[in-house]
Amino acid sequence: MNFPENLKYSTDHEWVKVEGNIAVIGVTDHAQSELGDIAYVDIAEDTTTLTANEVFGTIEAVKAVSDLVAPVSGKVVAINESLNDDPAVVNDDPYGKGWMVKVEMSNPAELDELMDAAAYKNMIG
Amino acid sequence: MKITRFNSIHKKLNAKLVEFAGFEMPIQYKGGIIHEHNVVREKVGVFDVSHMGEFEVRGADALPFLQYLTLNDVSKLSEGHIQYSAMCFEDGGIVDDFLVYHMGDYYMLVVNGANIDKDWEWVNKIAKKFDVQLKDTSDEYNLLAVQGPESLKTIQKLTDTNLSEIESYHFKIGKVAGIETIISRTGYTGELGFELYFKGNEADAEKVWNELFKAGEEFGIEPAGLGARDTLRMEKGYCLYGNDIDETTNPIEAGLGWITKFNKGEFVASEVLAKIKADKPSRNLVGILTNVERFIPRHGYKIFSGEKEIGVVTSGNISPSLNKPIAIGYVAAEFKAPGTDIEIEARGKKFPATVTKMPFLA
Repeated sequence: MNFPENLKYSTDHEWVKVEGNIAVIGVTDHAQSELGDIAYVDIAEDTTTLTANEVFGTIEAVKAVSDLVAPVSGKVVAINESLNDDPAVVNDDPYGKGWMVKVEMSNPAELDELMDAAAYKNMIG
Repeated sequence: MKITRFNSIHKKLNAKLVEFAGFEMPIQYKGGIIHEHNVVREKVGVFDVSHMGEFEVRGADALPFLQYLTLNDVSKLSEGHIQYSAMCFEDGGIVDDFLVYHMGDYYMLVVNGANIDKDWEWVNKIAKKFDVQLKDTSDEYNLLAVQGPESLKTIQKLTDTNLSEIESYHFKIGKVAGIETIISRTGYTGELGFELYFKGNEADAEKVWNELFKAGEEFGIEPAGLGARDTLRMEKGYCLYGNDIDETTNPIEAGLGWITKFNKGEFVASEVLAKIKADKPSRNLVGILTNVERFIPRHGYKIFSGEKEIGVVTSGNISPSLNKPIAIGYVAAEFKAPGTDIEIEARGKKFPATVTKMPFLA
């Protein structure tokens, strides 16, 4: 299983890639593997802001449904709409084409609450 | 946790193993549930279902005993024939659903793995009034379900028994890969398929598995797990014990009236069930399709009509064959007609849905 070093990880199995003040958010390789085939990623199209630790969407997988929990707060600048047509890319490429949302961080200090790859790997055992 | 004699094969194949019915069982292999589902619909898949239980019923009263114990009419069974049936507690709640095999000089019941202990206790309790001998052979049998359009051609390469002569819900005893096997034309997928019951140790089990995969290679054979088994049965509208039926549901409301034969004489709960049938059940098991995007109904979600709670979802998932969500659930009788609009509650929201006919996939 793959956990890139340049990402931050949340206890809810999401990753954050920091690009300046933008945070790109998705779910980890571990999460997609546990969920199995992902049928839908449901993030309401009118979502304008994320608040850290609050639910901003759901992943419907064949095995189970799972909440998407915001790892950081901020204004939504993009939602990956291509997941509506092809949610399986989350399984195939969770850190690339499977990204879910981009936010302009309102409190970058929240990043300090997240784990690095080693700590995340340690958490999932 | 118990294991089947295919356990080391599952591990070698990197299956995702979960506890099911007290056994460590594969929920999926490397292809994933949707892939395995499609392999069974289009080619041939192999399920280890050795967790299922087998009870043998012998003795002078074997037939009257089974007539009294089970819902269906066992007198209609002849040697080599299999019947889908179920048994109830005195209050009409379902103990289990199962298959009854007429083996010639005895009968075999094939019960759900999760229910073996409960069933064994109940069957023995009812048996006290009859001259029968019961034997639990669950641990002796290995059971593989070989399912899909290429299943017959695959198994035929390993046996002299003419498989095309075995009709649906019939079996023959023959050798498969040199091992004596009950070759049963049954399954839980709605596809052409066979279930292979055979005794023997891990080496025998692995031999049959390996020979099947060699024989099926040209047809694209793959292993399939319990996840695909669930989506396959759901598309066909088959009940799953523990999800759609259990001790709190009766066969009439569950749509199992067709196996409940009142004209065969008295049986356990026959009066209770006859009254439910005459009065019409207060709720019914129905098919459900959603009317909203990106939402999958799941077991336990409540069903509403406006503010009124009218039922509960008992099974739900994405249908890989139809590529849309499907669900099964109980609704109050007045809402059972196909086309009735309902709502399903999840995560504090209500999602519109419609009652529909089953099966979802013809």
